[in-house]
Amino acid sequence: MIIDLHKFLETERPAWTELEQTLARLEEEPNWRMDLAQLKHFHYLYERASADLGKMVTFSSEPETRRYLEALVARAYGEIHESREKAHRLRLFHWFFILFPQTFRRHIRAFWLSLAVTLAGCLFGGMALALDPEAKPVLLPFEHLQLSPAERVAREEKATHDRLAGMKGTFSADLMTHNTQVSIFTLALGATWGLGTIVMLFYNGVILGAVSTDYVLGGQTKFLVGWLLPHGSFEVPAILIAGQGGFILGGALIGWGRRASLRSRLQAVSADLVILIFGVGVMLIWAGLVESFFSQYHEPVISYTFKIMFGLMELGLLTLLLARSGSSPAARTPEAG
Amino acid sequence: MDTSRVSTLAIRTPEGIAFSLPLACPVTRSVAWVIDIACIGALMLLLHFGLKLVSIINVDLGTSLSVLAYFAAQIGYGIVCEWFWRGQTVGKRMLRLRVVDARGLRLQFSQVVLRNLLRFLDALPACYLVGGVTSLFNPHAQRLGDLVANTIVVRNPRMPEPDLDQLLSGKFNSLREYPHLEARLRQRVSPAEARLALQSLLRRDQLDLQARLELFEQLAAHFRAIVVFPPEACEGITAEQYIRNVVDVLFRPRVSKVNTNLDPNLNPNLNLKS
Repeated sequence: MIIDLHKFLETERPAWTELEQTLARLEEEPNWRMDLAQLKHFHYLYERASADLGKMVTFSSEPETRRYLEALVARAYGEIHESREKAHRLRLFHWFFILFPQTFRRHIRAFWLSLAVTLAGCLFGGMALALDPEAKPVLLPFEHLQLSPAERVAREEKATHDRLAGMKGTFSADLMTHNTQVSIFTLALGATWGLGTIVMLFYNGVILGAVSTDYVLGGQTKFLVGWLLPHGSFEVPAILIAGQGGFILGGALIGWGRRASLRSRLQAVSADLVILIFGVGVMLIWAGLVESFFSQYHEPVISYTFKIMFGLMELGLLTLLLARSGSSPAARTPEAG
Repeated sequence: MDTSRVSTLAIRTPEGIAFSLPLACPVTRSVAWVIDIACIGALMLLLHFGLKLVSIINVDLGTSLSVLAYFAAQIGYGIVCEWFWRGQTVGKRMLRLRVVDARGLRLQFSQVVLRNLLRFLDALPACYLVGGVTSLFNPHAQRLGDLVANTIVVRNPRMPEPDLDQLLSGKFNSLREYPHLEARLRQRVSPAEARLALQSLLRRDQLDLQARLELFEQLAAHFRAIVVFPPEACEGITAEQYIRNVVDVLFRPRVSKVNTNLDPNLNPNLNLKS
């Protein structure tokens, strides 16, 4: 049997046009919400177009109409069968103080792994520098770190002018963008089954360990802590959380002990990865501001004790945020999540 | 290689309807991205001029805002465009491409963000080598970002509403004079033959004159052999007109009036007993 194409088109075309207009409105106005009657009618139009496509495939070989209907049904299918939660309106406070810590805690094992790899790098960097001080240019290939710690401290403390005067904002912006890029890259390298993330975290650890050992062995521990802690209390955890994201991604790709398909595993973690990386971005904005406007000033301008206390306070608040925020039963309800 | 598998993604709905999404090839996607790079460049130029005004007040503030704005433009361009334009950037809009969920569902914000963040990896070591190679070897032409975000890039060609009115316009059809032969024709012609006839008419203007004549001669000979109409039904009409009449018969069956006349409720004058 071959369908009466002319009659078929004449009868069905108004329904297709209406469905197309509804889809166009949905696409142009993402915030448009249909009432129940409109939804029912939309569903009816979709089912009618689906049935028409079925008829076309079975009873007619006319490809132009079939292609048109396929495109129409494909567009409507995405709207009708989407069961995942729609994106909420942006609620920054809720997102940073509730969702971000909750997500962090949900994947805490990946964070511990991130921390362990970084600590291993620190240990390696520290030991390498302690055992072979000649390796300093290789371990720390940065010009401003080539001075001996004592020389650097003396220079900083005797400085008569502000070397960042008139460029603190630019320096801060450079730090924010660079660190954010490194963090995104660390997370993205999770796509290499986590191996790239391990390399990035280990390398960061090596530098951190080598710098710390250099200053500790040089007798400048107080300067070191006063210099690094105010911004490092946010910057280092931010990189660790980016590494956590990388391991979550790597874990989803590997899928040890999980029977879900790769697609399901990735779908399950994708929202969490986005929450984590945006949290990291906020932390790095703060770290960039502190590093530029606060960390680079030493005694006699700002006392080391004050800087260390400030850094410790930041670290305490961050720990509190990540460990406790959003853990109340009210915050754990699905509506909140 | 199964090219159909490479170029489309087949989806079967719970209603049992199957449809396919035509996938965008890596070359088209590259061209779209080049257009997007030009857009990002233009955006940066605008930001540069805008922030120069801030630099007049404070150089440090102007420079720092420039650094942040460039970074935000680079990262945010793809995310903002694809989220608000439902899977399209300027380049994709121009080339009629669209990012969609790999199961044909609506694109989620997390998917948009992830596929754009993973550009850092896809762009390595230069010129999107990692992403390009990955998409060449992936059956759905997905780069790493697409794989992780569960997205695909499909071609979204303009689909005009089908217009067959010109062909099936109800003009005089000499074959209609012979209902029994008309019915036999519809019975004997297979859907594939019907499609061939219809497509040859729809695409006839794309053929050279000679090729067009030969094609319709061959088709007419084929359909004449399937059902033989009396010579007067075919006299004075070209092979192309013959095929047009065949298509009209196949795709626009006669609306029978016999049943209406046999319905005593509708035709009280009809006496079935006589």
